[in-house]
Amino acid sequence: MSSTHVDLSKRHSETPCFSAEKLAEAQKLMSLYPEGKHKSALIRILHMAEEEFGGWLSIETMDYVAGIVNIEPIEVYEVASFYTMFNLDPVGNYVFEVCRTGPCMLVGSDNIISYIENKLDIKVGETTKDGMFTLKTAECLGACGYAPMLQCGKKYHEHLTNEKVDELIAAYRSGELPK
Amino acid sequence: MARKLLLEHDSVPGIETFEVYRKHGGYRSVEKALKKMSPQEVVEEVQKSGLRGRGGAGFPTGMKWSFLAKPEGVPRYLLCNADESEPGTFKDRYLMEKLPHLLIEGMIVSSYALGANLSYIYIRGEYMWILDILEKAIDEAYAKGFLGKNILGSGFDLDLRVAPGGGAYICGEETALIESLEGKRGNPRMKPPFPAVKGLWGCPTVVNNVETLMAVVPIINEGGDEYAKIGVGKSTGTKLISAGGNLARPGVYELEMGLSVEEFIYGDDWCRGIANGKKLKACVPGGSSVPILPAHLVTKTAAGEDRLMTYESLADGGFATGSMLGSGGFIVFDEDQCIVRNTWNFARFYAHESCGQCSPCREGTGWMEKVLNRLEHGQGNLRDIDLLEEINKKIEGNTICPLGDAAAWPVAAAIRHFREEFEWHVSHREESQTRNYGLLKESLVG
Repeated sequence: MSSTHVDLSKRHSETPCFSAEKLAEAQKLMSLYPEGKHKSALIRILHMAEEEFGGWLSIETMDYVAGIVNIEPIEVYEVASFYTMFNLDPVGNYVFEVCRTGPCMLVGSDNIISYIENKLDIKVGETTKDGMFTLKTAECLGACGYAPMLQCGKKYHEHLTNEKVDELIAAYRSGELPK
Repeated sequence: MARKLLLEHDSVPGIETFEVYRKHGGYRSVEKALKKMSPQEVVEEVQKSGLRGRGGAGFPTGMKWSFLAKPEGVPRYLLCNADESEPGTFKDRYLMEKLPHLLIEGMIVSSYALGANLSYIYIRGEYMWILDILEKAIDEAYAKGFLGKNILGSGFDLDLRVAPGGGAYICGEETALIESLEGKRGNPRMKPPFPAVKGLWGCPTVVNNVETLMAVVPIINEGGDEYAKIGVGKSTGTKLISAGGNLARPGVYELEMGLSVEEFIYGDDWCRGIANGKKLKACVPGGSSVPILPAHLVTKTAAGEDRLMTYESLADGGFATGSMLGSGGFIVFDEDQCIVRNTWNFARFYAHESCGQCSPCREGTGWMEKVLNRLEHGQGNLRDIDLLEEINKKIEGNTICPLGDAAAWPVAAAIRHFREEFEWHVSHREESQTRNYGLLKESLVG
């Protein structure tokens, strides 16, 4: 589906492994559910794994998570492939997800998407050559009153204009803004 | 018309902390309910209040609660639906960001009423930063003895947890939400059995929207009868409206049910009219799933009466000339917006979000998206308009969950009211690529 200029898939040449601290966090998440119902923590652990292992879920990562949650790998694949937040292909350091749904479109999200495409010289779904940015579109992110907007990591950037996009890209490039 | 029950203190600095929230009267309803009321009395107050589900369906909350099965020795669960994903809706996000303790308070009282000792807030994954806010507030509530064992010495125990989704509109549907909370794909379940009988992990479960659970707090504080005095008829209390699109002042508003739509769009205290001094073309008053209304049916009903912000008034005229209050996602279109483009945009949304379980929805939403795409891009013909209506009828009512209806209604309504604009896209293929149709002739006349 998405294409990249550089082969980022090499990132996972090593088997992913949580730090002791992250592993304990995963265990704690599973304990938030009654005994035997710890599979409920799967989605949250996948979010954690994605954050830890390069912003996407490789087969190796999903298999690793299956081991932690003690379920079959297929149970992880079917969940990871259902929810749109999970990237099943490598992505750049920063993923811009621009909301494209009705209310955002009414106030210019199409223009913002084209502006970012031109500015970063990539199309929606692609990653910049330096591996810095991936551009995606998203369906309604619940920011309709503050549109147009994009999400990057946990952060919502709202009331976007071309100038704000310029500032945002510069800030991420310079490392001023956290992931 | 500006009485606030939920947003009374939203602008107080630090209101997201326990201390400040408590100082402004927070957690009084927990003290009242747990110390002075039986669970059944809490349910009765909610029934008296006339509160209706604020997520979109508008089902009476007290009645929903009364359906909960109570087999001996089986746990019951209360789930808060914070999966807010209906395009045009962003009120729950605002409520949780500003007032996490109000949600916790509402959930304690509601869990007590339902006899649930373990409750979850299921929040859409994109709202991960709000999950942090909620967990921080929950930790505070535990530390202050409002969560955990033997709350306020009442003997009532409650654990409250937050679970994120992974990005799927369908998980706002309650059985899909339950599936997702069980760590699975969000495929809706067949009903019956309803969640009230077999929900989370096969146990009796109630799923309520964020705003609904928050509204329980003023209902218990002031009494159900007092709450029911606000509003008009069966639309009691206040409603949070997410106002977006081409408005001069978009944002989240709390209004007493019964405010006129005219006042809400144009009033100085509210949205202050259409942005940039333009004219109103259309409005989707309750989230993307509800029928779009052309300008002449937005502020007045077909009978010429003032349209009000209530469940009944917005639905006046049925689908022929009315719409729905839905989730309160109020989307306004100015004169320069293209209805065909917007209909295509919404159809693309539903095609993207269909879970794929039922063929009519999986295939139908994709078809509608493709047909609308070609109409919008100057490649359609007149038969396409009829084809859309035909596909619509094949989806509506033929799916496990309401996503099929939600996908079909906006397309049907757009064609019903804006057929001339769709036809113009066919008769003026090239022109339609360079300019928009503008206002409907009917709206121009009056």
